[in-house]
Amino acid sequence: MGELKLMKGNEAIAEAAIRDGADGYFGYPITPQSEVIEYLAAQQPEERTGMVLLQAESELASINMIYGAAGSGKKVMTSSSSPGVSLKQEGISYIAGAELPCLVLNVVRGGPGLGTIQPSQSDYFQSTKGGGHGDYHLIVLAPASVQEMYDFVELGFDLAFKYRNPAMILSDGAIGQMMEKVEIGEQKPRMTEQQIKEKYPWATTGKTPDRERNIITSLELDSAKMEKFNEKLVEKYRTIKENEVRYEEIQCEDADYLLVAYGTSSRICEKTVEMARQEGIKLGLLRPITLFPFPSQRLAEYAQKVKGIMSVEMSSGQMVEDVKLAVESRVQVEHYGRMGGIVPSAEEVLQALKQKFL
Amino acid sequence: MSEEIIIAGFGGQGVLSMGKILCYAGIVQGKEVTWMPSYGPEMRGGTANVSVIISDERISSPIISEFDTAIILNQQSMDKFENSVKPGGYLIYDGNGITRHPERTDINVYRVDAAAEAAQMETTKTFNMIVLGGLLQVKPIVEMDKAIEGLKKSLPERYHHLIPVNEKAIHRGTQIIQEVRKAKVEA
Amino acid sequence: MAEQQQQLTSEDIIQEENLVFDRTQLLTDNVFHYCPGCGHGVAHRLIMEVVEELEVQDKAIGIAPVGCSVLAYNYMDIDMQEAAHGRAPALATGIKRTMPDKYVFTYQGDGDLAAIGTAETIHACNRGENVAIFFINNGIYGMTGGQMAPTTLEKMKSSTTPYGRNIKQMGNPLKITELVAELPGTYYVTRQAVHKPGAVRKAKKAIKKAFEYQKLEKGLSFVEIVINCNSGWKMEPVDANKWMDENFLPYYPLGDIKVPEKK
Repeated sequence: MGELKLMKGNEAIAEAAIRDGADGYFGYPITPQSEVIEYLAAQQPEERTGMVLLQAESELASINMIYGAAGSGKKVMTSSSSPGVSLKQEGISYIAGAELPCLVLNVVRGGPGLGTIQPSQSDYFQSTKGGGHGDYHLIVLAPASVQEMYDFVELGFDLAFKYRNPAMILSDGAIGQMMEKVEIGEQKPRMTEQQIKEKYPWATTGKTPDRERNIITSLELDSAKMEKFNEKLVEKYRTIKENEVRYEEIQCEDADYLLVAYGTSSRICEKTVEMARQEGIKLGLLRPITLFPFPSQRLAEYAQKVKGIMSVEMSSGQMVEDVKLAVESRVQVEHYGRMGGIVPSAEEVLQALKQKFL
Repeated sequence: MSEEIIIAGFGGQGVLSMGKILCYAGIVQGKEVTWMPSYGPEMRGGTANVSVIISDERISSPIISEFDTAIILNQQSMDKFENSVKPGGYLIYDGNGITRHPERTDINVYRVDAAAEAAQMETTKTFNMIVLGGLLQVKPIVEMDKAIEGLKKSLPERYHHLIPVNEKAIHRGTQIIQEVRKAKVEA
Repeated sequence: MAEQQQQLTSEDIIQEENLVFDRTQLLTDNVFHYCPGCGHGVAHRLIMEVVEELEVQDKAIGIAPVGCSVLAYNYMDIDMQEAAHGRAPALATGIKRTMPDKYVFTYQGDGDLAAIGTAETIHACNRGENVAIFFINNGIYGMTGGQMAPTTLEKMKSSTTPYGRNIKQMGNPLKITELVAELPGTYYVTRQAVHKPGAVRKAKKAIKKAFEYQKLEKGLSFVEIVINCNSGWKMEPVDANKWMDENFLPYYPLGDIKVPEKK
């Protein structure tokens, strides 16, 4: 067992990046996630592992620094919160289009606009449906604990490199700011340039006589070729959907009703399940861990067994659309949500369930 | 065992760090912990609060509205959280600056005048440790030596020379906490 | 003499000792898409000649912009990345910071560098990123069909200023090169041209210095190269160069703007 530490979610992300052997972090401060860059600055990662840390002049610049370094096969990440992630979307689209691996953390706050600095889950659409322009998807991981904030850095990087696709950790202000026990992993070495050249032959590391020049681009002026490329992306997303769906089931086996919730909401709902069971209501919770790919198939299976499904989100109802698509009207699907930075209580979720179904 | 605590007072009273020490002590004792600082407009009024859960089992929601124990260190927090204590639960408060003392009779009420004591000890910064000592005297959520270890873990090493004075404050807290009234359990 | 000349065959002439110019090895075989008379081709060649002469092909990473030179990677036989509009200095920062031993340069037009990418340009310069920025200034948006650029001169016509650039309405032509020279992070700032043989030789020297200073870790070198855009300016190439001499260069005078202090 590794060392146990008490950490904020944002700090866990930063420590995990160093320990996972990341090559760089480029970011711009924004509440409620500035602890990520502050923690890194205090840790002096250049001293610890040689990891580069840079506070950029904007979110635009930081995501494009990520693009440049990722294009050279480096393991790099950035983080922000909702308004900042909107600014990063241009770069994320280019990164997806150039098929580069990277990790982006969004510690979501309520919107639209400048909104609030309180926790929210209102960026689900933006994260799972593309976010920027063009046909693409991110791999989206939704941690529900500080430990998962830590663990998903490694997982996110692994998936990003496996599929040459940007990965996102979709968190929120509550998980970013709260502290929990975290088991810290071993320090992994950063990859050497030789290892990068062998493992990622596409990377711009300098043209050597043994290969053609490498070009990192998302531009293709020939429509026929562009469509072929789009088809390749579609095929990649299909493979991801086949292989990378992750979810957790809590008391689902005998459930009459099912809650679907991720991140902070799932923690609330776990308590709702406990309360409902005490009252004799057979309630279960399906927690998607990957939001893209979404556990549609598993939900479709439950559609045959349960009497009703309620999606609980800190939004006006975004994930509920994916739940509905998954169950294809075979069972009643409802949404319960709070917005504006309000976190629902376990009691009100139970109340809502009773109102909608019982 | 699961203990749900709110610690509420002014910013600068060491509310958040007291919660952190409790959590570290819990970790040392092999428990699950969560520490959730206050979210909401009340933070802007200069008040600070943190809810801490220490449990033998996996903790579901870190965001809770009812508490087994409330530690209340100013009047605003008294007004806000007195009614959030579960019946039969504990309310521990510092009388300094309190104009309306707790009124509920279905909870156990204790008073620890830590501010006055810290001033007398001429170590005003150990105020929160006196409160912590009081809490552990009334509710031994974590063992005393684990609390000291938690203190060590949560303090950066450059402050480790302050551990003895904080340890002393914790012990002082165990001595000065007073019972105001026991909960009346309705038959 | 006349008799001797008649006896020379092409085989006699094609001799190593008679070689005055060779094809640049680090340009690919792809045919430039640039308009005849455009300076991009020369600028590409000069950069690749310098990479070749310094023998750093295996360490050079170039960044293409959005603009006419968006496809620069089709011509330069080195590893290259294509940036979003204006973001090339951010890419260069990401690459150079994580691989300090590489030779990293951006190749950007005036709209890319001095309009949409102003923030990235200024901050990369101000941080003194140890990279080279090659800034191609032709005072117009060539690729999108001749719209006004930040460097378009007063009264100069473009498709978005068909009656000439009105300073009151559109602001002043931006001398961004002079501006970045003021920043402590820039080490070498110069303005060059490639429309005459002498200018080409000077421009190449400037480009070479930019690479050499990078090797010495001196900070950012900023080399502006003024070129004509005969299509965008709606002129014959020769007229365009003449117009450039008479109108453009008085506003954007050639020469070094910031040179390393001599010890």
